[in-house]
Amino acid sequence: MIYLDNAATSFYRPPEVAAAVVHAMETVGNSARGVHSVSLAADRTVYAAREAVSALFGAAGPEQTAFAANATQSLNTAIKGLLEPGDLAVSTVLEHNSVLRPLYEMEKKGVRLCLVGCDSRGRLDYQKLKDVIFEKRPPKMVICTHASNVTGNLTDLRKIGAWCRERGVLFVVDAAQTAGIFDIHMENMNIDVLCFTGHKGLLGPQGTGGLCVRKGLAVRPLITGGSGIRTFSREHPPAMPTALEAGTLNAHGIAGLLAGIRWIEGQGMEKLRKKEQSLARAFYEGALRVEGVRVLGDFSSENRAAVVSLNLWDADSAQISDYLAQEFGILTRSGGHCAPLLHEALGTGRQGAVRFSFSHFNTIEQVNQAIEAVKKTAALLSREQTVMK
Amino acid sequence: MFREKRQRVLVTFPTTTQAMKMEEAARLGGLEGRLIPVPVQISAGCGMAWISPLEKREEVLACIRRAKVETEEIYEMRL
Repeated sequence: MIYLDNAATSFYRPPEVAAAVVHAMETVGNSARGVHSVSLAADRTVYAAREAVSALFGAAGPEQTAFAANATQSLNTAIKGLLEPGDLAVSTVLEHNSVLRPLYEMEKKGVRLCLVGCDSRGRLDYQKLKDVIFEKRPPKMVICTHASNVTGNLTDLRKIGAWCRERGVLFVVDAAQTAGIFDIHMENMNIDVLCFTGHKGLLGPQGTGGLCVRKGLAVRPLITGGSGIRTFSREHPPAMPTALEAGTLNAHGIAGLLAGIRWIEGQGMEKLRKKEQSLARAFYEGALRVEGVRVLGDFSSENRAAVVSLNLWDADSAQISDYLAQEFGILTRSGGHCAPLLHEALGTGRQGAVRFSFSHFNTIEQVNQAIEAVKKTAALLSREQTVMK
Repeated sequence: MFREKRQRVLVTFPTTTQAMKMEEAARLGGLEGRLIPVPVQISAGCGMAWISPLEKREEVLACIRRAKVETEEIYEMRL
C-alpha cells in the first residue's frame, strides 16, 4: 500500500507521536481542572504545546494560542466570532467548505460576502482582491487559504497581509495545508488569526488543531461552558486562551501534537518541505508525460504544496481513484475535495479530480510506482475508448 | 496533614495559562513556591494560585515582571 492522501491527513508519522499520546493517557489528568499532580501534568503538557505552536507560527505567545478539535472548528470560531451583520467579508474561490460554509451561514445573518476568483490554473486574482481591500469602505475581514487543497498553489500571505494592515482589515488565514511544512510568521505577515489543524503537516493526532489570535483582538467564543475558573460567574471568562476553550481539552492529543512539532523542529522544516516538494515535482513531471493526463494548478514555481491533482481525459475521478487503490494499492482522494468553487472555476465541477498528495515520509520509489500506475490506467482507458469508438 | 500555616505571598491569575507561565518562570528562576487551588477566602470559584513564602515577595514580583505574567491580584496572607 502506498499512501498518497497526505492532504487529507498524515498517515506515516514519527513513532514519538503515538508514544506521546499513550504516555499522556497513562499519566495526565484534566487540564485546568484542579491543582493536583496529575492535573498539573496535563497543564504543563498543554502549556508546552502552546509555547511550541506560538513559536512555530510567530504568534503572540502561549496565551494567544487556543486549541480546538480541528481547523474547521478554528475557522468557524474566527468567522462567527469576528463578523457582525452588515460587515463585508472577503474570501476566495480557492477555499475549502470549512471557510465557505460558515461564511454562507453568516451571509444569511446579514454579512456581505465577496468571493475573489482565479484563472484557469487556479491562480488567485490578486488585482481584484487588492481593489476590494482598497475600496473607499474597506472590508472587515479577508479570509483565505495559505495553499489550495486541490491544486497545491500557494497564496502570497505577505502581500495580502500588508494590504490588510494598511487598510485596517482583519486578516484570517486557513493554514490547514501548510502548518508544519511552510514558514508562517503571524507578526511578519500581518496575520490576525491563524487557523491550523494538528493532524496534517504537524503530524499530530486527529482531533487536534487551534487558532492563534493577535493580542488585543477579541474573538467571541463559539461555545461556552466549563473553564476551570470563575465557577460562579454566569459568563464564560473572556481572557485568552480560556475564552475559546470551553470544555475539557484534548490533552492526550495535544501531547501527540507537541511530539509532532518537536520532531519537525529536530528534522528541520525546510528539509522536510524540500523532500516532499521534490517528490510531488517528480510525480508531476512523470504524470504529465502520460497521454490523457490533465493536471490542475500552477506548477511554474517550485514553491508549492506537495499536491498534484489530475484527471485522465473525461473519466470519472472516483472510478480512477478506486482503480488505483484496488489494482495498485495507491491511495488517493477523488471528487471535489470540499472545494466546490475551485472545481467549478477549473471546469471540473462534474468530474472532480484524483488528488495525489505527498509527505516527506514517501519515497521516490513510491512516486515511480504511482506514475507507472497512472500510465497503466491511462493505457487501459485508452483501449476502452478505442473499443467504444 | 494540612500545610503549615505561615505568612505567604499569593498570586491569582486570569487564566490557567498564566498560572502555567508563572510556574515555568519560577522554575527557570529557581523561585521557591508552587501552585495551589485558589483558597475560598479569596474566591469561591475554582482555579489556581501561586504561593511563595512572604520573604520571597520581591522575587515573586520580579519573576512576574520578567516573564510578563498577567496576574489578577497579589495577596499577603497567612495560610
